[in-house]
Amino acid sequence: MSQEILRIQKISGHAGTVPGEDTQREYKVSKLIDTTTCIGCKACEVACMEWNDLPFGETVFNNTYQTMPETRWNYWNLILFNEHEREDGTLMWLMRKNQCMHCAEPGCLAACPADGAIVQYTNGIVDFQQANCIGCGYCITGCPFDIPKMNPKTNRVFKCTLCTDRVSEGLEPACIKSCPTGCLHFGSKDDMKFLAEGRAKQLRDHSNFPNAGVYDPPGVGGTGVIYVLHDATRPELYGGLPKDPRIPWTVKLWKGPLKWLGNVAMVGGLIGLFVHYLRFGPKDRKDEDIHPGGEKS
Amino acid sequence: MTNGWVDMKNTDMMLIMGGNPAENHPCGFKWPVEAKRTRNAKIISVDPRFTRTSAVADLFCQIRAGTDIAFLGGVVHYAMENNRIAKDYLVNYTNAAFLVKSDFKLPADTDGVFSGFDAKTQSYDKSTWNYAGTGGGRGSDAAHPPSGSAPPAPRLPEKVEFDLSLQNPNCVFQLLKKHYSRYTPEMVERITGIPKEQFLKAADLYTSIRKDGDMKKAGTIIYAVGWTQHSFGTQIIRTAAILQLLLGNVGRAGGGVNALRGHSNIQGATDMAGIFDNLPGYLKVPTPADTSFDSWMKRITPTPSKPAPWDSFNYWSNTPKFAVSYLKALYGDAAAKQNEWAFDYLPKVDRNYSWVQLWDNMYNGIVKGMFAFGMNGVAIGPDSKKNIDALKKADWLVVGEIYPDETSEFWKSPGISTDEMKQIQTTVYRLPCAGFAEKDGSFTNSARWLLWKNTALPMPGDCRTDQGIVAQIFLKIRELYKKDGGKFPDPVLNLTWNYSVPSNPPLAEVLKEINGKALADLEDPATKQQVKAGQQVPGFAWLKDDGTTSCGNWIYSGSFTEAGNQTARRDPSDPSNLGIHPGWGWSWPANRRVMYNRASCDVDGKPWDPTRKQVWWNESTQKWTGNDVVDFKIDSKPKDHMGPFIMNPEGVGRIFGPLAAFADGPLPEHYEPIESPIDNPLHPEQTHNPVVKRFKTPDDKYGTPKDGYTVVCTTYRLTELYHYWTKNNPMNVQLIPEPFVEISAEMAQEMGLTGGEKVKVSSIRGEYIAKAMVTKRIKAMMIDGKKIYQIGIPIHQGYRGIAEDEGKDARTLVNLLTPTVFDPNAYTPEFKGFLVKLEKA
Repeated sequence: MSQEILRIQKISGHAGTVPGEDTQREYKVSKLIDTTTCIGCKACEVACMEWNDLPFGETVFNNTYQTMPETRWNYWNLILFNEHEREDGTLMWLMRKNQCMHCAEPGCLAACPADGAIVQYTNGIVDFQQANCIGCGYCITGCPFDIPKMNPKTNRVFKCTLCTDRVSEGLEPACIKSCPTGCLHFGSKDDMKFLAEGRAKQLRDHSNFPNAGVYDPPGVGGTGVIYVLHDATRPELYGGLPKDPRIPWTVKLWKGPLKWLGNVAMVGGLIGLFVHYLRFGPKDRKDEDIHPGGEKS
Repeated sequence: MTNGWVDMKNTDMMLIMGGNPAENHPCGFKWPVEAKRTRNAKIISVDPRFTRTSAVADLFCQIRAGTDIAFLGGVVHYAMENNRIAKDYLVNYTNAAFLVKSDFKLPADTDGVFSGFDAKTQSYDKSTWNYAGTGGGRGSDAAHPPSGSAPPAPRLPEKVEFDLSLQNPNCVFQLLKKHYSRYTPEMVERITGIPKEQFLKAADLYTSIRKDGDMKKAGTIIYAVGWTQHSFGTQIIRTAAILQLLLGNVGRAGGGVNALRGHSNIQGATDMAGIFDNLPGYLKVPTPADTSFDSWMKRITPTPSKPAPWDSFNYWSNTPKFAVSYLKALYGDAAAKQNEWAFDYLPKVDRNYSWVQLWDNMYNGIVKGMFAFGMNGVAIGPDSKKNIDALKKADWLVVGEIYPDETSEFWKSPGISTDEMKQIQTTVYRLPCAGFAEKDGSFTNSARWLLWKNTALPMPGDCRTDQGIVAQIFLKIRELYKKDGGKFPDPVLNLTWNYSVPSNPPLAEVLKEINGKALADLEDPATKQQVKAGQQVPGFAWLKDDGTTSCGNWIYSGSFTEAGNQTARRDPSDPSNLGIHPGWGWSWPANRRVMYNRASCDVDGKPWDPTRKQVWWNESTQKWTGNDVVDFKIDSKPKDHMGPFIMNPEGVGRIFGPLAAFADGPLPEHYEPIESPIDNPLHPEQTHNPVVKRFKTPDDKYGTPKDGYTVVCTTYRLTELYHYWTKNNPMNVQLIPEPFVEISAEMAQEMGLTGGEKVKVSSIRGEYIAKAMVTKRIKAMMIDGKKIYQIGIPIHQGYRGIAEDEGKDARTLVNLLTPTVFDPNAYTPEFKGFLVKLEKA
């Protein structure tokens, strides 16, 4: 319990200090997805379902190998399939495993007004605490990757946990464990960056992909899930991966200047109240005042 | 596979064709990916559509289904034209220098057939398909049971004439050159639909490993049923083998000709005589012409056939040892020298008992009943309607399965009315079998590795193991024979059945029996090593033809020795880092991971590539040694020039397949699938494989473009589903909820079709209804000047499964569309490349 709390470095909707603020971790964890060696086998989708005990759901054929159009509140890991014709006429079948990106600066957490509904651990994992969730859905608008999804029945929001239960026991996430080709890797952010840059360079030097590169967008402070892409200049080809994701301005405004303004207004109100008290003194009780108990006094 | 899955990490170049391993073998596909990552290896994907494998390939070519020989022949031509061949390897390790009889004729000179064709019987007199030479050794002319009383088969000469300069016009090399000179890039384009420039890119890339004759690099060819399921499937694989011999890729780490098996134990089924014309370990079955054990042995045991100065190990000369040991394993003491090792007990195979033929026989009332274990006969086709009609005529059917399937419910197939159902008299027995996780045993994977597995779960309810069901039927039959006698009770009464639980033989005991044991004390005269009577033999080198050993399958000998069950070993270490893992499971033969590995060295016994040393000649010990188990006579000096392909009587790899090695030609020639949109551009008067026969029942119909069937159709599997099982599992159904047909965007536009709309695919035999998947991954093709569309259908749905039971799809089987016709060598049906038409449903 105490250790778990200590591992938290950011808490949504929280005033005051965060327990893990001064603790130091040696590294952030990170998942590397090499889309250039992904074969879209969906083993990660199945592993995610099985590890997290998610129920089977109905799907409908939709002119694609993709299991469903987008992730669901109970389907956190989805490979997106996209056909792309290159300028030289050759075809690419792009497959990208989509899930929570575990941003260093998570838009969901920034947007969330409920105290402790979203936390970020010191290892970088962003995790939803459904017990504290109020179902407002602000996290959904706060996410530039369109990841959190609401369970309409319980009004609670869910997403990939990066298998924080496994990771805290020293295991890799279930999706990594299941990947047959080794296109998924898990380790420290530094190690994954090193691996990813090396693979991207190999693609630039030895394959027909001069724009191969690593996706680790700075707009959200970098992500805990990084991609190797054949063409890093066009991430949007991979099922709409945003080129420069940022926390929406509405959230920034709300949590930045507007929050400051709100605080100013709130403090101003208190000062006004005090001044009013000094000036007019306590309010006289009138007979028609309603007693807290509801009876006339 | 000549090599293995893990060995693929050693390759520099992969030609993946007739297979889609990323889709169907995702776990094994880690090794091609590893080669890409660690060696910058390239993948060339050639397929009728852009697949999951193509998605990670460096080059993709869209080929018309069924034209693989034209493509590969074109690459052979390209390699020879551009001198990208392994000259030393070719001269010394293949029959390129052998001279062929001067009256042999190629199809270019004889109207599209090889010399010796008899149009009336649709078969070949193969006597011209032979080497020039002297002396009459016995050939490996036993591939096919002769029908009736055929004259004595011609034999390979003992001393073969040869020309090491490869200039003689009758030498194999020159014949090869002449034969494939017709497979120009233009001809390849006309037949396959691959634009010339695209083909040249592929040919250049694949043969680039042999640029300037440098031998260091290795290329592998990886295939699956996309090659075997044609009326000329064996010849496609032959073309691949020729190309690999030409480039010096066989026997080498990262090389080889590698078949990917479609089930976890298909290799094991084949090894254990899953095909009617083999006994376990690829011993040829006796036929009625084999009137004695000796005459059988004489026919199937080859003698060397080679250039006089060369040496040939001719390993099949040991055939009598394997055959006697096999009969001893079957019949124990009842097999003795006096009764010719109980040779009379063995059934003599007088006709074709292959899959398609069996169903035809049932349709024609010859086969009255069927045991169906581990397969869904109606669904796996071809021509499901014919199979359903055949079952209607059967007296009884026994199905051992884990689910009710299309076969055990054939009488409920769509289109049969309730009244008709009442007319079907077939008695169906459905037996609940254990699933794969509910029983132990070994799997033999594509890499020839035997891997033992333990029982993971108890069997539910009244389930039984397969061997338990078979054993109880056998014991009952034996009891009846004992009681009532019969025409010939001996083979049944004398069958050895020494299991601790006779009604459910433990599979470890069966594996021990397969490995074989000594029946008397044995001693190796060279090493003085001894094996006592009753002990397991250490390997097939110990087997004897005098009745002192028993062995159920010689190639598996060594899998369960006195040291225990070798297939259960799990030592992951790999000292050579070549992916050999000698302590992981056990690989046949003799725990060897790469076959013919002598060919990984030059003539002097030095590895072609010093960084991938498999085996080598050790001058100081005067022996071959290595990281892998040497596939060669251990003390044969390089100067003796023994050929590395020790299973051939020639000792060398066969570019030219002499005599009866193949039913349809000593060199592969492109023929069109039985249903083809065009005449064969090479010889329009001989479009199809001349020896392929059509079936004659009313259900056997073959479509033509004139009947309106103009679209080329092929079938395949998906990663998300496993054959016809997983439609019973909600997880798999969630991943792929409905059947679909893959159609090119251009064709869809022409038809006014959008993705998700229902289409009806019709062949002359039946209809299939599914939703359209409109995709850029298949394109219209120009075939011999005609615009041809190609479509593809995954096979997995039927009329019994979760979605099917809920009425969510059309409940049709893909194999309602496919034709009854098969490859004349391996008897595999032609599931790929038949004709259909397409309309909105």
